[in-house]
Amino acid sequence: MAVPGVAVAAVDAGFWTRTRKAGAVLLALGLLAAVLFGALATGQQARFTLSETEGGAALEINGTIGAILFGIIAAAAGGALLAVPKRWLSLLLGVGLVAFVVSFLCWQVSAAPEGRNFMPLVNVVRGTFILALPLIFGALAGVLCERTGVVNVAIEGQLLMGAFSGALFGSLSGNVWVGLVAAAIGGAFISLLLAFFAIRYLVDQTVMGIVLNLLAVGITGFLYERLMQTNAEKYNSAPRFGTWEIPLLKDIPLIGPALFRGNIFLYLGLLLVLVIHLALFRTRWGLRTRSVGEHPIAADTLGVKVLRLRYRNVIMAGLVAGIGGASYTLALYSFTKNMIGGKGFIALAALIFGRWSPTGALLAALFFGFADQLATYLGAIGSSIPSQFLAMLPYLATILAVAGLVGRVRAPAADGKPYVKG
Amino acid sequence: MEPGEIHALLGENGAGKSTLMNVLYGLYQPDEGEILVDGKPLKLKGPSDAIAAGIGMVHQHFMLVPVFTVAENVMLGAEQVKGGIAGFLDRRRARREVAEVSERYNLRVDPDGVIEDLPVGIQQRVEIVKALTRDVDLLILDEPTAVLTPQETEELLTVMRSLKAAGKSIVFITHKLGEVKAIADRITVIRRGKTVGTASPTASRDELAALMVGRSVRLTVDKQPATPGRPVLEVAGLVVDDDRQIRAVDGVDLTVHAGEVLGVAGVQGNGQTELIEAIMGLRPTLAGTVTLDGQPVHGWPTKKVLRAGVGYVPEDRSVDGLVKEFSVAENLVLDIYDRPPFGRGLALKPDAIAKSARERIEQFDVRTSSANAEVGTLSGGNQQKVIVARELSRPLKLFIAAQPTRGVDVGSIEFIHSQVIRERDVGTAVMVVSSELDEVIGLADRIAVMYRGRIIGIVGPDTPREEIGLLMAGITPDTADARATPATATDGPAGEPGGTAAPAPEGPGNEDEA
Repeated sequence: MAVPGVAVAAVDAGFWTRTRKAGAVLLALGLLAAVLFGALATGQQARFTLSETEGGAALEINGTIGAILFGIIAAAAGGALLAVPKRWLSLLLGVGLVAFVVSFLCWQVSAAPEGRNFMPLVNVVRGTFILALPLIFGALAGVLCERTGVVNVAIEGQLLMGAFSGALFGSLSGNVWVGLVAAAIGGAFISLLLAFFAIRYLVDQTVMGIVLNLLAVGITGFLYERLMQTNAEKYNSAPRFGTWEIPLLKDIPLIGPALFRGNIFLYLGLLLVLVIHLALFRTRWGLRTRSVGEHPIAADTLGVKVLRLRYRNVIMAGLVAGIGGASYTLALYSFTKNMIGGKGFIALAALIFGRWSPTGALLAALFFGFADQLATYLGAIGSSIPSQFLAMLPYLATILAVAGLVGRVRAPAADGKPYVKG
Repeated sequence: MEPGEIHALLGENGAGKSTLMNVLYGLYQPDEGEILVDGKPLKLKGPSDAIAAGIGMVHQHFMLVPVFTVAENVMLGAEQVKGGIAGFLDRRRARREVAEVSERYNLRVDPDGVIEDLPVGIQQRVEIVKALTRDVDLLILDEPTAVLTPQETEELLTVMRSLKAAGKSIVFITHKLGEVKAIADRITVIRRGKTVGTASPTASRDELAALMVGRSVRLTVDKQPATPGRPVLEVAGLVVDDDRQIRAVDGVDLTVHAGEVLGVAGVQGNGQTELIEAIMGLRPTLAGTVTLDGQPVHGWPTKKVLRAGVGYVPEDRSVDGLVKEFSVAENLVLDIYDRPPFGRGLALKPDAIAKSARERIEQFDVRTSSANAEVGTLSGGNQQKVIVARELSRPLKLFIAAQPTRGVDVGSIEFIHSQVIRERDVGTAVMVVSSELDEVIGLADRIAVMYRGRIIGIVGPDTPREEIGLLMAGITPDTADARATPATATDGPAGEPGGTAAPAPEGPGNEDEA
């Protein structure tokens, strides 16, 4: 070669790689847990029962010992991260964080008053799934939209509209399935508005999303007062889907009651995670969807119909979110004003925390659901920790995720950018 | 176009080459006229029609999804699927197809490589592979060499020859004369949206250049010999990274004296941008020093650098030079709006701003309807004059102008050049960075050539273009000598280099825009 060597310096992150930073934080957390939780825990037994009651099979450990032991395990995982290669990151981080939580629970459970110092694990796992379910649907709606390049801040509105029309049409027809279809269409109605204004009229998608949320609150609130409150019998007494138990599997301890004694929404939600994941990464539709979300001009030059695909995916997102809304009104409660209460925004957080992937969104939703469930439990045993702190967790986790502290979080490159041909 | 032909489309920036080809590729719709393929008129509603008609295009800005693999990019839009309606991707087949095409045309690419990790030259290969897997007969290459190193350019030309041998036709859009002469079978020259002539590759460079620009090519600048004074800007051992944390400036030493113009020449992307941004405090310096009149200024915030008496015309006026939505008057005081007489405390003084705007519009011949017009509505040349007016209205020690006349009409070019020389003559140190070699030669009293983050040589303005061209390609007289065999060493810098990738003066890659 005719030229002198190229001077391209590789990036040298130095000693403090991301893995080591995570390890250091975990080490500190673990030690803190061992010292603080260990000191606060009482010498009583902390019981984690497999059933719903105090009796029966249980895992049991002395509170102080447990808090210190699991704190040390967390610290050890953190310490290990300082020395091992990057591929161990997720495993050790997972072990460490679980150990930290267990250490915390040993303190809380052992310090609870007599008669309430046990934790029914079945309830916790089941409650986690129930609370995570709307988040799963909402986050999947986000995945469908944002992977194709349209920001979906209107998840809240789609869930609410789904819940409302599910309740209304379910009541009117007396048929759950009619209610379910109506719920999906209700969600799709909101997302169609989003698609129309964002794609056709290039309105700022975030602003549009917020406007649609307000619109959904307004419409459903108005109709709720006019119809449902005056004649709840006729308009707000939708039939509900029952529990479908899956034989054999339902008897698996711990996860059986949570996963295999659920309603249609639980099965549908989990199935959708799998289907959307496969479709997104393995099919032609998925490849095109992702290309449109990343680089729409490139997709256009290859004959992919960018706008049509965006319309289609945004509407599909509305259908999914609408069904998510129905998981309230066609299974649990009758409709009340603004009953989604911010879950749509937590779903948005789960989408980001799960890095725009269906499986990631599932895990994030479960994590947030667990935090929610834990808050309820701690309230029930009269814990000294204010439940508001745990309610903060989803938002806190999202801020950390967006700040890049848990790996590289990168939205689809064309997310939120309207595509104008030529 | 005939089968197996390489047809060059030559024209200046903005002559309409890319627009024409985008019409041919179905991205834009023609207002009038028709396209004939094999004698039959062709209606193109979109790129997929063009692909179906056997037309493929490699765009100037690559149409690749950065987070996808090579195979994913190649199959996008023409996916092979299995599993019926579900449409599962047949990745194995896509990978095999990429491998086959790269084998057949000697375009080595790794099907599993992720685009954003690949160098630009390889990305371009992926684009070509992408077109070839779609069985195109006609391949449009839009300014393919603009982003390539000389070696990559040479490799590209080899690929083009092998495609031609395989019977593919190629439309090669460029404004670089050397490449055209090296490879084209036929040349069509376009100016202001019209075909102004066709030529054979044997036509001389002067003829082609004259066709292209329609006026005498060389812009001469009237100026007296410089009278350099004290050193004003001294750069020593400067090291700077680019946005991707890749070393862009790798130990640059420079001195600019009062009353002289130092021109910085080089193919774009050899660290010129980063060098200037580092001097201006817009980019962190990793090592080295920058001193202004003996005072170290590296690590200073940009505002402080400007206040120390540095004028700066940034490379991209629409992004860094102007606030397009602001008026001409407001843009003229962007640097000193907070100082008397334009501002005091929290308040601006609109009268003073308007008065000074009127004076400068007059003095710098800015053609605008009023001082209150949005600057974005002005022509490129007048926008540039607004920037120059703003920067030259302060007492300066050092004036840095990056690409001062890019996309500017001829009249404005002459005016801006004369202003640069005037500033030099009042004793300011001037640094001009330009990828237009003629501009550098015309303005500079000394020329520093940048290559891969280093100053590879500093020469006088009377140095032959060819020698500067060689320097821009990274070939110094020393390295040329060292590689030549002892028997031919007497040929000096013009001798045919031993390596295949090093172009001769007439070769591609080191060719500046004509």
